Amino acid sequence: MQLLRKLLPLAFCLLLCGQAWRAASADAIDDAAAGFGSSSYADIEQTVAALAVSGDPAAAPILQALGDGQLMVTDDHHLFIQADDGSFTDARTHQKVATDAAADARPVKVNNKVRRAIAAAMGQLTLLSPDAAQRRAAADSVFHDPNPARLPLLDSAIAKESDSGIKRRLEQARAAILLSDTATSPADRLAAIAVLAERGDQDARALISASMTSSDPAVAAAATTAVKRIDLTLSLWSGAQSVYYGLSLGSVLLLAAIGLAITFGVMGVINMAHGEMVMLGAYTTFVVQDLVRLYAPDLADYSLLPAVPIAFLVSGLVGLVIERSIIRFLYGRPLETLLATFGLSLVLQQAIRTIFGASNREVTNPSWMSGSFDLGGLVLTYNRLWIIVFAFAVFAGILLLLSRTPLGLQMRAVTQNRRMAASMGIRTEWVDSLTFGFGSGIAGIAGVALSQIDNVSPNLGQSYIIDSFMVVVFGGVGNLWGTLVGALSLGVANKILEPVAGAVLGKIVVLVLLVLFIQRRPRGLFPLKGRAVES
Amino acid sequence: MILRYIQRLPGKADYILPALLLAAALLIGGLSLLPETASLHVSGYVVSLFGKYLCYALLALSVDLVWGYAGILSLGHGAFFALGGYAMGMYLMRQIGARGVYGNALLPDFMVFLNWHDLPWYWYGFDHFIFAVVMMALVPGLLAFAFGYLAFRSRVSGVYLSIITQALTYALMLAFFRNDMGFGGNNGLTDFKDLLGANLQSDGTHAGLMLASAILLCVFYLLCRALIRSRFGKVLVAVRDAESRTRFLGYRVERYKLTVFVFSAVMAGFAGALYVPQVGIINPSEFAPANSIEAVIWVAVGGRGSLVGAIIGAILVNFAKTVFTGAFPELWLFALGGLFVLVTLFLPRGFVGLWAQLRSRWADHQTKKREGISKGDASERRGEMPEGKLEVGE
Repeated sequence: MQLLRKLLPLAFCLLLCGQAWRAASADAIDDAAAGFGSSSYADIEQTVAALAVSGDPAAAPILQALGDGQLMVTDDHHLFIQADDGSFTDARTHQKVATDAAADARPVKVNNKVRRAIAAAMGQLTLLSPDAAQRRAAADSVFHDPNPARLPLLDSAIAKESDSGIKRRLEQARAAILLSDTATSPADRLAAIAVLAERGDQDARALISASMTSSDPAVAAAATTAVKRIDLTLSLWSGAQSVYYGLSLGSVLLLAAIGLAITFGVMGVINMAHGEMVMLGAYTTFVVQDLVRLYAPDLADYSLLPAVPIAFLVSGLVGLVIERSIIRFLYGRPLETLLATFGLSLVLQQAIRTIFGASNREVTNPSWMSGSFDLGGLVLTYNRLWIIVFAFAVFAGILLLLSRTPLGLQMRAVTQNRRMAASMGIRTEWVDSLTFGFGSGIAGIAGVALSQIDNVSPNLGQSYIIDSFMVVVFGGVGNLWGTLVGALSLGVANKILEPVAGAVLGKIVVLVLLVLFIQRRPRGLFPLKGRAVES
Repeated sequence: MILRYIQRLPGKADYILPALLLAAALLIGGLSLLPETASLHVSGYVVSLFGKYLCYALLALSVDLVWGYAGILSLGHGAFFALGGYAMGMYLMRQIGARGVYGNALLPDFMVFLNWHDLPWYWYGFDHFIFAVVMMALVPGLLAFAFGYLAFRSRVSGVYLSIITQALTYALMLAFFRNDMGFGGNNGLTDFKDLLGANLQSDGTHAGLMLASAILLCVFYLLCRALIRSRFGKVLVAVRDAESRTRFLGYRVERYKLTVFVFSAVMAGFAGALYVPQVGIINPSEFAPANSIEAVIWVAVGGRGSLVGAIIGAILVNFAKTVFTGAFPELWLFALGGLFVLVTLFLPRGFVGLWAQLRSRWADHQTKKREGISKGDASERRGEMPEGKLEVGE
């Protein structure tokens, strides 16, 4: 028995040689059918490898079916693939066959070793696939799992490849194999390092850095310089990525703070319930999305578009009511306003919690906002990009409204000189209410944007209120441009500090720096000048 | 020196409240020590609850001192309270010794859990009670000094100060949530065993702690009372009402503000230190900005600028909170929020000032009736709104 077991592999080798000989004349599929008919796992495994090397177009579906346990073989060496519904197709011709033709078919046996062989074979087969995307994926999979055994196949693939992009990937995969193989000559190593250095990402760095300790001084030196170069480009790209994240965070802050810049900066009202206006906007988005889904499921992707004006109206109306019922009695008493609006924020939070429940509500990203694209070494996600665009659009809209419309003119007149404005016939009380409602409405719009990147929960507003106040104070109260610069610089500073110090510590550092900054310049980055400031 | 002030004070009405508090504390404490079968027995829970109220009252007193008398609305006093609490918590952690879950005599449980091998340097000395007591005052005091020195020197005041004090406590909260700060991270410090050798689970210790809180509250009340009646206190009120004018009269406003701010922070620190053993835990959520604002509302409810008011407000609101959260938990935030709004709108001087407010309203009404004045004041007030704050770049 022992002897037999030792002899068996030898026998299979002989058999395989025989098959390889026959492969030239007969069909690879026929050989495979013969091999799969065997009851020995080792035999089946060898057949899988042989099939992979053949490069036959029918090989991939056969291996796939084998992996899924759907490959059937008859005693007279015919291969069938059984579909999920029980029908049979011929493995070679892909024609449906009558069930009785495959009556005596039995499934080909598979164990874990065979499955591993299948996975490896699939990787190799797709290297030669006519589909470019599959070839690219195969090249990447070889790159990430550099196995010297695949070198011959890779070489033939490189020789056949016509697409220059895929060819580069294949060469990189080849370089990865060469570098991770201890038997490679120094000259090959140098060439491989050059190829990988050009790739210049984290994976390439990891592969090259292993050669830094090479016994060959030329290889070690080349590896060291290559790693340095990669580190430099990587840090540049990650810096750029941080700036992008920072801009994205900054535009979120801008959206959250711009309404505050109007109520706090322009009117001098400390609205601690501002965050709750943002939250109301986010919940409005949720409700609008659900309504659209219910009544017009086809348009679900565009439910954000009506949500923007509706959120503006909802938050704006709530703001208007707050101003009429509470804040107008507290003008000139900022500390009291602060306390009253804080109480209001508690009430609003609890009200939302009572209506919608304490758990997060799900607002889905529409398809045009999900996904991402690469720009060089940057990964730009669409939702962040849209929010940046949206924030700037809102900012521009507010500037236009304040500088170009009668309402904006009246707002500025009232805040600059209330009595004079009143004497000129402006209804100052109405302007106050409208300004406050407008600021709150902008907060609602911010909520629509935040619902796309944050959890919609009753606490949504709280997480932004302190940051928003910081932005307004940092930028200089009463100055919209200051808010813009403040929001973006705080966002970028946060994200640049994050990789260095960690997310929480980075935030703390920014807060502490801000507190120190306010000590130095109590009126912010862009203080207003003139007598009116000292009121 | 303190005695001299006390001797100088006219009237005995101000002593009624501390006397009442002490009497209540003694009564509750004494009743809790009765055997459980006695009909007048008070449970340890009630004792701890009352002790908690007293600590909150001390915190409210410290907020009132800076807000009511110096016009500094600090939305970060919870930070000083929590720092004092952490100082006490660290001492209590060290007292656990080898009785922790891991039985490590050198390190608190959470450090063992984090695989630390040495005690961080800032934990040194917390085995000694005296050192811990010094830290309860020193840490909040130093933070208040550094913060106040920078803020008052550059004349940050009003809402700006409120907002950056809020940012301060927010930053501290984030910091203490981190595990590698060495203060137990998210879970904070808990599982305390004993304080000065007394078992923290026993009724006697509860009663003792509650009594200590009452005594400390009375002592600080009397100190504050002496402070505001002194020359120093008069200057403080002047700073509150007309800061620039006081400065022009030659007073170094920032020094007065800094002194009272630091003193108030130390007070809050002691309040936190007594709070921790009574509730049995200190964690970073004590730093939450909302807690600090809640302390401000206690003062507003009781009566800003009245020491008695602050104490009454703290006890009243927290009692209401206990009742509400027990009976209708979902309504508490409505009630608290409503309280904020109603008190600021209708009770600018709090419950304590309610009587005076009603009387003056009545007197106003009488004069108006006689002189026939009805309108005109309302619009004057609107002029106080900060003006000229809009700049639109074109």
